[in-house]
Amino acid sequence: MSGVQRIAGRGVVVMRSDVDTDQIIPAAWLKRVERTGFGAGLFEAWRKDPEFPLNQPGADQGRVLISGLNFGCGSSREHAVWALQDFGFAAVVAPSFADIFRGNAISAGLVPARVTEHAAARLAAALADAPDRPVVVDVAARTVSVGQEVTEPFELSDYAQWRLLEGLDDVGLTLRHEDEIAAFEARRPGWLPVVAPAGTGDEPRSAG
Amino acid sequence: MAERLFDKVWDRHVVASPEGEPPLLYIDLHLVHEVTSPQAFEALALAGRAVRRPDLTIATMDHDVPTIGLDKPIADPLAAEQIARLRANCAEHGITLHALGSPQQGIVHVIGPQLGLTQPGMTVVCGDSHTSTHGAFGALAFGIGTSEVEHVLATQTLSQVKPRAMAVTVDGELPAGCTAKDLVLGIIRDLGVGGGSGSVIEYRGAAIRALSMEGRMTVCNMSIEGGARAGMIAPDDTTFGYLEGRKHAPKGAAWERALDDWRSLVTDDGAEFDAEIRVDAGALRPAVTWGTNPAQSVSIDDVVPEPAAAKTPAARQAAERALTYMNLKPGTAIRDIPVDAVFIGSCTNGRLEDLRAAADVVRGRTVRAGVRALVVPGSAAVKAQAEEEGLDRLFTAAGFEWRSAGCSMCLGMNGDILAPGERSASTSNRNFEGRQGPGGRTHLVSPAVAAATAVAGHFAAPADL
Repeated sequence: MSGVQRIAGRGVVVMRSDVDTDQIIPAAWLKRVERTGFGAGLFEAWRKDPEFPLNQPGADQGRVLISGLNFGCGSSREHAVWALQDFGFAAVVAPSFADIFRGNAISAGLVPARVTEHAAARLAAALADAPDRPVVVDVAARTVSVGQEVTEPFELSDYAQWRLLEGLDDVGLTLRHEDEIAAFEARRPGWLPVVAPAGTGDEPRSAG
Repeated sequence: MAERLFDKVWDRHVVASPEGEPPLLYIDLHLVHEVTSPQAFEALALAGRAVRRPDLTIATMDHDVPTIGLDKPIADPLAAEQIARLRANCAEHGITLHALGSPQQGIVHVIGPQLGLTQPGMTVVCGDSHTSTHGAFGALAFGIGTSEVEHVLATQTLSQVKPRAMAVTVDGELPAGCTAKDLVLGIIRDLGVGGGSGSVIEYRGAAIRALSMEGRMTVCNMSIEGGARAGMIAPDDTTFGYLEGRKHAPKGAAWERALDDWRSLVTDDGAEFDAEIRVDAGALRPAVTWGTNPAQSVSIDDVVPEPAAAKTPAARQAAERALTYMNLKPGTAIRDIPVDAVFIGSCTNGRLEDLRAAADVVRGRTVRAGVRALVVPGSAAVKAQAEEEGLDRLFTAAGFEWRSAGCSMCLGMNGDILAPGERSASTSNRNFEGRQGPGGRTHLVSPAVAAATAVAGHFAAPADL
């Protein structure tokens, strides 16, 4: 996964609170076994409304989504992040993110930029005036701007920032601690449960 | 130093605390299902990595599986492919799989506890947000995304920033007619859908202690709906009584050692929480959601609220949107709202006590003509036990459909869905727009209220019948 330093492009505003991941990507799309191709399912139900922001001219070029409190609540589906990315978004700017969504975003390289509620309102207003004003999310500087009109700081932990900037392989990072993992395993209490090894489960012989 | 239950379980799982990075936690149990795993296994294969601990991993099929016509091949080609993928991945990596048709198959958060795999003090994760269910045992259990599923498969660990600890203390006694479901809906009503964000909730107090394990699972299950990272209840004799003798519970001398350890898993006197809310159980009534998130609920005695009465402009806007979607007018009595469908099931309320509670209401009565009513046991084992007690015959005699185990209409991935505009009374955990099918209108309730509603044809409490 490549790192992300700076995102520049079209902004789209969906100014609602509690945008849940069932809206971002409906469950039917979760039957896919691939990691790509979710863009067409992004906000599928809401896009049926011609007035929805994603349906406005130029929104199909959207790179930065601006939304409200508790963005990404509900189901843990990382497919919600993939849908945003497949559509073209590289960052979401909001006053708060649901915990699981935020973790999924960082894992997949989508920038979750947390701003104050007032800042989100100012950014949205600047885009309402002129929807094609360029939006820039600077991950290193932790700022988001709309044209020359508004620049706001955003919160991002040092560790999350580092992961986004470097685009690191999380599993590779963890395997640096192989010795410590093995040492921990050696001292786990013996009475902790172990699932039976494969072959002693109760798979039926018939297909199903 | 006075420690909280959460700290005790967290601390014992820290593998490493690298400078400038969140701690690495060991995962005692990884639950896997067909929907959030295929891309994780594929990434593992692409990187040439193996599953580190297949012996701490267990898989089942629940989200996509049909609950009817199990003797036929799965009709939906995407679901069939996803299920075949899980089968192949488990076979390749030596992971125990409880497949469709086998006696221990079921919803992932129902089978773990049934098998005695979920135990106090463990870390339990799954690619599913309702993993919080397992916290009922005093485990630290939370949902993860597919990239984290891959990470756990490869390393049996997760890097996690330590959340804050919130106490939800429930004093008093639940009144007759009120259940664990009504309690947790009441808690979420107070907390809001983002109120628990960044926190692990410990549920405390007399009313929590009085709950059975299944009731505790219902409460912990919906912790995520209040935005919390996880929910926990300290283990006690109720917990130990549930676990003793189960397949994966320790036995003999190991059981005694485990008990010793488990009894230490309580919050110390004097320990302080980062936030606290108190709930008076005695003031609760059966709850019914009216809107499009689990916090938008009222008592069954109440009316659909007026958006203008909402506390903030954002809340008012959200309420207006919700009422438009749900096709409800403010001031309408909840009891006057008719339903098209009733769903009894899910990881929230699909266990034996839930089915018994619904059966008690339905006994000697029939489902209102025109109402489609489904009972979906949470696991094959729950189904078998229920059939031994004759509950299946009771439900079918009353006009319910008796189905096989799976997530079913909670999220409608398997064809058990609402038609656009249909209104349901559902014992599941989410009433988001389109959750049970595009245009579907979901109202969350307890099993007893769901059963009474099926009989009445509109929202009803058992006492109304």
